[in-house]
Amino acid sequence: MPVIDLANPSRFLTIVNRLLPWLTAVTIILFAIGLYRAMNAPDDYQQGATVKIMFLHVPAAWLGMFGWGLMSVAALGTLVWRHPLADVAGKAVVPIGAAFTFICLITGSLWGRPTWGTYWVWDARLTSMLVLLLLYLGVIALYWTAEEPGRGARAAAILSLVGAVNLPIIKFSVDWWNTLHQPASVFRIGGPTIDPALLTPLLIMALAFTLLFVTLHLASMRNEILRRRVRSMRLLQAQELAEAT
Amino acid sequence: MNLGPHADFIVAAYAVTIFVVAALVSWIALDYSAQQRILGDLEERGITRRSQRKG
Repeated sequence: MPVIDLANPSRFLTIVNRLLPWLTAVTIILFAIGLYRAMNAPDDYQQGATVKIMFLHVPAAWLGMFGWGLMSVAALGTLVWRHPLADVAGKAVVPIGAAFTFICLITGSLWGRPTWGTYWVWDARLTSMLVLLLLYLGVIALYWTAEEPGRGARAAAILSLVGAVNLPIIKFSVDWWNTLHQPASVFRIGGPTIDPALLTPLLIMALAFTLLFVTLHLASMRNEILRRRVRSMRLLQAQELAEAT
Repeated sequence: MNLGPHADFIVAAYAVTIFVVAALVSWIALDYSAQQRILGDLEERGITRRSQRKG
């Protein structure tokens, strides 16, 4: 099957309907393994058992940023190629990315209190992550308040591209500024600094969360396609009624 | 499993995550049911998409 067939919404729905049960099953299995490994992981020599929050916080942070990256790619599809499925993909990922960013901020705050002695500090990493959540909320507001969906999609696409500037700021904030947040310890030159006993459950949990993200995104895209079908059918009905009278 | 002196923070982090993920999954599942129901209602009333029409 040519890849271009995926760009057809009907074909896309058929593939998603076949994929979703399998993705859901694999996600559940990975979460079962990941949570078992996370709960049985050793305590950190400094942080003690609070290191278990890392298994939620770190994947949520990665996926909050991944979601915006996906929106930026979809924004190019909307603005350059004007493909409706690109806007569907971009719109569907917004609440999911916002939810993961929210989880990242809350779990980070709950991790910060016992390790740093404070729930919040206005350092570069925490602030740039909060900005990401506010940007997500801004895009949601644009979609909700636009009178014409196409105009809302274009405005959201522009904000997605502009907001992408924040992604390298989040990633390198711990290197560029003096922050309370620790520097990168997984994706760094020289390899991870985390002990394999903690790194392995972290990577399994990250994979489980990523599959959850993909599953929710595909399901949300399916909803958005159906919502657009409902809208076009109602418009057609209204047009026919207007012509008949 | 001993969660140590900061067990409340660990439990709260997992509880918030489960709540947010459950809310997201429920919202997407309910939205799917709602869209399918509306589409079914429209089709029952004989309203179809332009691409489904014959002739």
